[in-house]
Amino acid sequence: MTEPMMINLALAILFLPLLGFLVTLLFGKRIKSIYTFEIAIIILAFVGAVVLLFTKLSYYQNTDIVSQVSWINLGNVPLLGNTTIDIGILIDNISVLMIFVVTLISMLVHIFSIVYMEGDRLYNRYFAYLGIFTFSMTGIVFTHNMLMMYIFWELVGLSSYLLIGFWYEKKSASDAGKKAFIVNRVGDLGMLSGILLLYTTYHTFTFSQIFSQIAAGHFPLNSEFWLTVTGILLFCGAIGKSAQFPLHVWLPDAMEGPTPVSALIHAATMVAAGVYLVVRIFPLLTSGALMFIAVIGMLSAFIPATIALTQNDIKKVLAYSTISQLGYMVMGLGVGAYKFAFFHLITHAFFKALLFLGSGSVIHAMHHEQDITKMGGLRKKMPITYATFLIASLAISGIPLTSGFLSKDGILQGSFAFGSLTGYWIFAFVGFLVAMMTAFYMFRLLILTFHGEPRDHHKYEHAHESPFTMAMPLAVLAVLSIFIWYTPNPFNPEQGAILSNWIKTPQLVTPQDSRFNFMKSELPANVAVQQVTQNSEVMYSESYTQALEGAHIPSLLLSLTLAGLGILIAFSFYQWKKVDVDKLADSIKPLYKLSYNKWYFDEIYGAVFVGGTLLLSRALAWFDQYIVDGIVNGAATVTRAVSRFSGKFDNVVVDGMVNGTAYVSGFIGLIFRRFQTGKVQTYIVLVVFSLVILLFIFK
Amino acid sequence: MNVYDIIFYLFAAITILSAFFVVTTRNIVYSAYYLLFTFFGVAGIYVLLGADFIAMVQLIVYVGGILILLLFGVMLTNRITSVEIRSGSIHVVPATIGVALFAGILLASMWNTEWKSVDTAAPAATTQNLGFLLIHQYTLVFELLGILLLIALIGAASMARK
Amino acid sequence: MIQVGLNHFLVVSTALFALGILGIVTRKNAVMVLMGIELILNSANINFIAFAKFGNFGFQGQAMALFVIILAAAEAAIALAIVLNIYKTFSTVNVDEIDTLKD
Repeated sequence: MTEPMMINLALAILFLPLLGFLVTLLFGKRIKSIYTFEIAIIILAFVGAVVLLFTKLSYYQNTDIVSQVSWINLGNVPLLGNTTIDIGILIDNISVLMIFVVTLISMLVHIFSIVYMEGDRLYNRYFAYLGIFTFSMTGIVFTHNMLMMYIFWELVGLSSYLLIGFWYEKKSASDAGKKAFIVNRVGDLGMLSGILLLYTTYHTFTFSQIFSQIAAGHFPLNSEFWLTVTGILLFCGAIGKSAQFPLHVWLPDAMEGPTPVSALIHAATMVAAGVYLVVRIFPLLTSGALMFIAVIGMLSAFIPATIALTQNDIKKVLAYSTISQLGYMVMGLGVGAYKFAFFHLITHAFFKALLFLGSGSVIHAMHHEQDITKMGGLRKKMPITYATFLIASLAISGIPLTSGFLSKDGILQGSFAFGSLTGYWIFAFVGFLVAMMTAFYMFRLLILTFHGEPRDHHKYEHAHESPFTMAMPLAVLAVLSIFIWYTPNPFNPEQGAILSNWIKTPQLVTPQDSRFNFMKSELPANVAVQQVTQNSEVMYSESYTQALEGAHIPSLLLSLTLAGLGILIAFSFYQWKKVDVDKLADSIKPLYKLSYNKWYFDEIYGAVFVGGTLLLSRALAWFDQYIVDGIVNGAATVTRAVSRFSGKFDNVVVDGMVNGTAYVSGFIGLIFRRFQTGKVQTYIVLVVFSLVILLFIFK
Repeated sequence: MNVYDIIFYLFAAITILSAFFVVTTRNIVYSAYYLLFTFFGVAGIYVLLGADFIAMVQLIVYVGGILILLLFGVMLTNRITSVEIRSGSIHVVPATIGVALFAGILLASMWNTEWKSVDTAAPAATTQNLGFLLIHQYTLVFELLGILLLIALIGAASMARK
Repeated sequence: MIQVGLNHFLVVSTALFALGILGIVTRKNAVMVLMGIELILNSANINFIAFAKFGNFGFQGQAMALFVIILAAAEAAIALAIVLNIYKTFSTVNVDEIDTLKD
């Protein structure tokens, strides 16, 4: 396959979902079975993605394929010079892996939804929305510049709004849609500022051009400090989209959307976009920006994990676990474990989609019951769902032989190495703590849902295993959560092709003195950046490689122990009931309350932002009433005096003029009326005459 | 003055004279017959310009089709028994002045322009070359015109049927 | 007398054009108006072919003339349908008596 063919294939993958969206939306009302078209489209896109993945990784493993066109040419703009805006697509290893994940999960979600959404009033429109969601995400993945990234970024925001608020008759659902949209805007504001800062400095949106200019020593506002600021501002977009602390509040509410949509949002499309953004801009992040990212990631990993410990809604637990896992990825990027973070994005996509679809299967079977305290014992009724859910839980807890173990362990290893090199052990410490909590709350969820005795017998009696179209996606995702696809050695992910050959840490372009010590390049300074950027593996420095190797065994043992401990605690609490959970909760009541009420984030935001707005508007109202109104009343008195005078003026002068005008136009009308005979031929004669006159004038 | 010139003046005279009668004759049926001569004269001019295929199309479509249609129009609208088949003229004087001025300007500008004038020999096979153009360069136009004709056919039928 | 050239044909076409306009403007009967239009179309056609021949444009001009003839056919059909409708509505085809456009 030649490079132009691959470009065309990528474009086809990009625009097929859009076609599906348009067709399904336009004919949705007329043709009942039009959703099959959307599903066929998405399967086609998936096949295309597989072909693209295979071709890129087997024949063009070390070559990136870029195709760009000049989209807007503004010519010579004052202050900016010649301004052209390019758009284009970039096919590199990262984007083909990501596109494979996106289309695969989107396809499985489509198939899963056939039965799950059956009988919905807006069945076809639902599939149309899925189509535009996939389209937006595909755009983010393939883009080679910041502008297109931002456009599709907002499209993702729009489609998530449509899908989260899909059951808009429900107040909570439409509120959740709005909340997701608005909270995301907060982050996007930062991202937009970052993009504008980059554009005013470099006059281009294209990643590679920005990077090479930074490497050549150009910085925003000529200072390295502002480069750090730019990185942080861009990361703000990721904070919003990937639901990082402190903008994570929209994600749990987004559970109001249909469950397959949650799977799509959480695994492949929306939240992944944030991490993907950081992956893309990684080379320009300075040590300050990386530190900021790592701290945000750490907080986002820790706080939601503590919240997830006590939640009773099956989807809420999964939502908080998603934030926590995304926090892991962001923290991984922050501490420089680029490869593992991206690897975790992929593996997490599979097992988190599996968890959500599994919970969708449970919810479907329980007639839309989501409270895990009312479930239990479903293991016997739903063996396939149980088995796949178990695999996913093992994967997210980081148990060997699963994909989650490989990637999560990699991130922990990276943060361990980071700690040993820089002395910031806090990241490793929190990482391991969160690993234990994750294992605990996932197995708490699993045990309460599937093990033990049924707590709601009526619903239990009606529960049933899901049909094939729902079970098949679960099975596929469960298979993909096994280690064998990623590496032959279940304890060392680096032996697999995905980490050793496919994902490569990009060459940093930041100046040497604004990097962490261990990231300093040991290449000779005069080697051109282009020669090393994409094609050769750069693992920062020798000391980092050694630290990473040294961290492998300790972090592996530690994470295994802690995950095992977490599972053990979960079993002893909920399966064997060795400890009375309620009593335990009572004894640490403040902590339990804090976790159960989600650290009061919604309340705090409500008080600060909503309350603040109300306070401000009350102050403004007072200002209006006493000061503005006073001015207005004073003005009214003056106006009355003026108007009395102008009334006189009107009567005499203006009326005279108006009447004169009317008289004149009446007279002219009298003349011109004669031409308006209503007869076509008169008009033509006039046209001929006017033409003659015109010809005389312009001869 | 060779044979070509003589034939040209002959056809030009036929064309312009009969067109003049078309416009001035009071009887509409006569007008239609004069129109036939005009079309015939124009076809002759086409032949002189080396466009034999167009000339044939002119005869077939205009004389065989459009003229017959016009006559039908006359017959259908002026029920011969009751209504006057003669038809008068209106505002002749201003129209004649305007048109004369207009034609004068056209002619003046025509004489004053240096037209590129290459006297090319009449080509051998017009039909073949035209056909080639129609299915290569003008395929889209050709198809669109086909659709247009169909629409006109249906439209005319449905309008006249009401 | 000079050799017959481009200008001779243009004179013929100008004359046809002028007569066509005269017909459209002066004749009362709608069918006569149509005949005027046909004259104008013919004059345009003569121009096309004459310019194509003397400007050495090959067959482009003839193709255009062909298209014009096709258009004329379509136009005649539609226009006659309109004339029939006018006749049904106003019981006359004299365009000078039809002045509802005035209102």
